[in-house]
Amino acid sequence: MAAGNFEKYKSDGSLAGNLLEWVDARFPATSMWKGHLSEYYAPKNFNFWYFFGSLALLVLVIQIVTGIFLVMHYKPDAALNAYGVPVAFASVEYIMRDVPGGWLIRYMHSTGASAFFIVVYLHMFRGLLYGSYRKPRELTWLFGVGIFLCLMGEAFFGYLLPWGQMSYWGAQVIVNLFGAIPFVGNDLSILIRGDFVVGDATLNRFFSFHVIAFPLVLLGLVAAHVLALHETGSNNPDGVEIKANKDENGIPRDGIPFHPYYTVKDIVGVVVFLMVFSAIMFFAPEGGGAFLETPNFYPADPLKTPPHIAPVWYFTPYYSILRAMVWNFFGLDAKFWGVVAMGASVVVFAFLPWLDRSPVKSIRYRGPIYKTLLTIFVICFVILGYLGTQSPSYWGEKISQVCTVFYFGFFLAMPWWSRMDKFKPVPDRVTMH
Amino acid sequence: MKKLLIAFLFAPLLAFATGGSVHLDKWPGSVSDKAGLQNGAKLFVNYCLNCHGASYMRYKNLMELGLTEQQVKDNLMFTSDKIGGLMAVAARADEQKQWFGATPPDLTIIARARGDLGAPKAGADWLYTYLRSFYRDENRPTGWNNVVFENVGMPHVLYGLQGQQVLNHETHKLELAVPGQLPPVEFDKAVSDLVGFMVWMGEPQQEFRQTLGYIVLAFLAILFVVSYALKKEYWKDIH
Repeated sequence: MAAGNFEKYKSDGSLAGNLLEWVDARFPATSMWKGHLSEYYAPKNFNFWYFFGSLALLVLVIQIVTGIFLVMHYKPDAALNAYGVPVAFASVEYIMRDVPGGWLIRYMHSTGASAFFIVVYLHMFRGLLYGSYRKPRELTWLFGVGIFLCLMGEAFFGYLLPWGQMSYWGAQVIVNLFGAIPFVGNDLSILIRGDFVVGDATLNRFFSFHVIAFPLVLLGLVAAHVLALHETGSNNPDGVEIKANKDENGIPRDGIPFHPYYTVKDIVGVVVFLMVFSAIMFFAPEGGGAFLETPNFYPADPLKTPPHIAPVWYFTPYYSILRAMVWNFFGLDAKFWGVVAMGASVVVFAFLPWLDRSPVKSIRYRGPIYKTLLTIFVICFVILGYLGTQSPSYWGEKISQVCTVFYFGFFLAMPWWSRMDKFKPVPDRVTMH
Repeated sequence: MKKLLIAFLFAPLLAFATGGSVHLDKWPGSVSDKAGLQNGAKLFVNYCLNCHGASYMRYKNLMELGLTEQQVKDNLMFTSDKIGGLMAVAARADEQKQWFGATPPDLTIIARARGDLGAPKAGADWLYTYLRSFYRDENRPTGWNNVVFENVGMPHVLYGLQGQQVLNHETHKLELAVPGQLPPVEFDKAVSDLVGFMVWMGEPQQEFRQTLGYIVLAFLAILFVVSYALKKEYWKDIH
């Protein structure tokens, strides 16, 4: 289905036709248009969960465009201005007050950061529901995990830039984690910070990563993600391969051209998403204190540690897993194992295509074991996320340990439990609900 | 099942608990009360701006409270500041640290900074309660202490208006020992106005933001109807 096998455009003699023929002889315009849009056949039974891919792309565009305008006024400078306020922090308030429309651009960007994680989490959850990571889409999934990792880095670097208290101490805590790695840890965290504490050097390099390095990698991975998807064709809520059933012209009988069918459908999704997005941005831009954390309205003060340092909500499940590790194994500090567990809890998603041994892809034809375990997994994820926002406590620690064990158990025991379920027969054709 | 899962996914956004040990009185004011905000601005420049800066805020933005440039210049600016200048404090930070033990924080966005997870607007309640909770304490260098912010470095700058409270150690309640210029009800109103000004100053465009929000949502609602009809039209043959 991918670009390449389409006939070159033949002019009808008009000026526009001649121009397109000229371009098409030199650039794969027609074949890209057809291969990825007008003759890319997507299953006709996409449901609610299939909106989040295009929405993630939309949020990416929002973040890049608003980011371009923020960079015009933001100053990555930790030095104090004439009023004793760090220049970086003051420049954000300058954007909020003195730059015309600056508050709107900034709120779009800050709300967009949380929205990005919401749509990406829902997009990943769709993969879990319908087995989208299964053969032959392993590479699409791996590129997706890469995007997720990149997004986490992007969010982490970006969160330092407002140079508020939580920006500063959050970065301090996370960079210090690398110090737990044996032998190289301390040098590594100094290398990342560019200083012995988080300071101007850190702010400048995080700015560089946030606006250049990570967006570049992110865009490359997104392109690879979409190209790999269009090579294999999309999965669907039934987990049926639509390419297995083609008509005499070689077109999947259950496929419909992405354009116009899914472009017009996704526009509806975009409008609904923008309504939710606008409702938050215009009426609760702090997101209840979760999107813009209140301690971050104080400028960074290296001499004043906040009583409770918590990452932004989208990192809290992993932060809880980090805190759940309180045992020193093999003579290595618990902190090191916390870092390992936290890293593993993200990377483990990459192994899903090979961990899942069920004969069917979609949850629709899987049995009670998968439905139960997936539900518990989601509950554990949410509990871990909640506990990550709270101060450490005895019961919080115990509960997060139980959830952590289940979190990893879900993945690591999958090769066994995914085979044991009671499966329903998968139909030959997709079903419309 | 599906609905349940969706509910769980969004639960963490709703489940945040709010902290705080002292009971906070609800701030009774509103940022749409322009007269109150003007009174708050007057109190702010008279009582707060001497030690605290509002260094992200420009004097000219005070005109958004319904004042003319001349009114701002005559009533809300005392020094050689320019109308386009920032509402900075003249005192030096290092000297203030010597006097009070800590540098008084900038107050431009203090109402937002004092909010809580799950209650970002609770900063107004904190300020409203804090400013009314000073009491006489001879053990403190300033002679003042505060129920909301224990051993605070700040003295009770509004004591001329409120009078002097003492803490009854048996009932743990504050009692007015020496009355001030204002009766308690009027003092509460004055503090409410002052807090209102700080809430407004934290985000001066907040009312416009909401107005714009209604317009955007109305536009999107129309766009939804059109785009949904378009989708229906294209999809009518897909079964």
